[in-house]
Amino acid sequence: MLKLLALVLLLTGTFAMGQEIVVAAAADMNAALPQIVAGYTKKTGESVKLSFGSSGNLTNQIRNGAPFDVFFSADEEYPRQLIAEGLASKDTLYRYAVGRLVLWVPNNSPLDLTKLGIKALLEVSVGKISIANPNTAPYGRAAEAALRHFQIYDQVAGRLVLGENVSQAAQFVESGNAQAGLIALSHALAPAMKNKGRYWPIPLDAYPALNQAAVVLSRSKRQDAARKFLEYLRTPEATSLLADYGFNLSGSAVSTEEH
Amino acid sequence: MNWEAFWLTVRLAGLVSALLIAIGIPIAYWLTYSRWRLKFLIEAAVALPIVLPPTVLGFYLLVALGSRSPLGRWWESLTGHTLAFTFEGLVIGSLIYSLPFAVQPFAASFGAVDRQLLRASASLGDSPLQTFRRVVLPISKAGLVTGFALSFAHTLGEFGVVLMVGGNIPGVTRTISIDIYDQVQTANYSSANQTALILLAISFVVLSIVYGLNRRPWAVGPWR
Repeated sequence: MLKLLALVLLLTGTFAMGQEIVVAAAADMNAALPQIVAGYTKKTGESVKLSFGSSGNLTNQIRNGAPFDVFFSADEEYPRQLIAEGLASKDTLYRYAVGRLVLWVPNNSPLDLTKLGIKALLEVSVGKISIANPNTAPYGRAAEAALRHFQIYDQVAGRLVLGENVSQAAQFVESGNAQAGLIALSHALAPAMKNKGRYWPIPLDAYPALNQAAVVLSRSKRQDAARKFLEYLRTPEATSLLADYGFNLSGSAVSTEEH
Repeated sequence: MNWEAFWLTVRLAGLVSALLIAIGIPIAYWLTYSRWRLKFLIEAAVALPIVLPPTVLGFYLLVALGSRSPLGRWWESLTGHTLAFTFEGLVIGSLIYSLPFAVQPFAASFGAVDRQLLRASASLGDSPLQTFRRVVLPISKAGLVTGFALSFAHTLGEFGVVLMVGGNIPGVTRTISIDIYDQVQTANYSSANQTALILLAISFVVLSIVYGLNRRPWAVGPWR
């Protein structure tokens, strides 16, 4: 019995040890970030744990004391709120990309996206359209805004299904349960989906800019390690990896003009 | 308080527990009276939803019954849509998810019926089915109500399966547990609080009925 107890203590002990940071990240990063972390760990020997969710949900968890060290948000507004509430450090706020929304259909879809564009959603073969939940997910809000921009929201509203985050929205259409989806470009480019369908990029002026930003959280007990990880994000190595998933800052100028 | 989600959930739970009476009684009957050597395998299969995470069921519903599987395509050709994101999808998911909560109390009460009564009924010329209807079912009333109430309460509180296959459509698949989740995630605590409190009260009443009816501690377990 004592031996067993010792073993349990040993096991829990090893998990709690070390300078390992925990990163809470928006769901659109769930393919790119593990690769960035792999590169980071290889280079520095430090490990990073990842937790994905919708930016709104994660923000709420951080407000309720979740033990995260760094937060990657799909909408800069959330980190800004956390900074205003004293929960994140302003000097660490780093906009690493502008997120892009795409209309995605599986390979077996008859829709000609290049010809129809967003109007493809009005075709009869499209039963359900998956988007992220606009209440908690920036991509969901962007999807809703884009549908309103093209003035088809009322026509498709009854056919929308909401994913808990943009990843689930992607999964709904990838699995064929929805016939079209308004999802993150990073998912369309990810190995898991790349060869399974095609996409049409929603023009950037159709929705408010999805400024992606990372920030170190004030409650973190591993401030140095957290800052170090964000520094790594600025290296050419990391930025080129982000670019592979469609994350770059080229839409940034457009957004600042608009605001 | 989202009344639309509330009534949707009550409708779902009512329909599922009513269907489980119809599906659960034959299964429980078979489990009670079958002498098949490998019966324990079926008992284990029926009890699976108690221990399996709802995500396993949600995953199968979404992928195995999606438009890529033969079963999913058959359903699609029949109804014109996939099971996911529909009320029927939730009903089917909940039927599987709540099955043991109906079957186990049914089987337990059938098994508790004095076998001498069954022999007496048979000697008076009743067939096994007549005996079941005239003797076993009336004696097992408490077990039937227990199974109905537990599967109702269990479906009322279902979350994981609905989150995975529901698609959060207001009036169709946005159940009360999903509504609470949304309210909490958007920091709308007062609304979440109201809804949670009502769910808590209903669940307490349902369980009180179950315990009151049985007048002894009751636990979920693989017995008969």
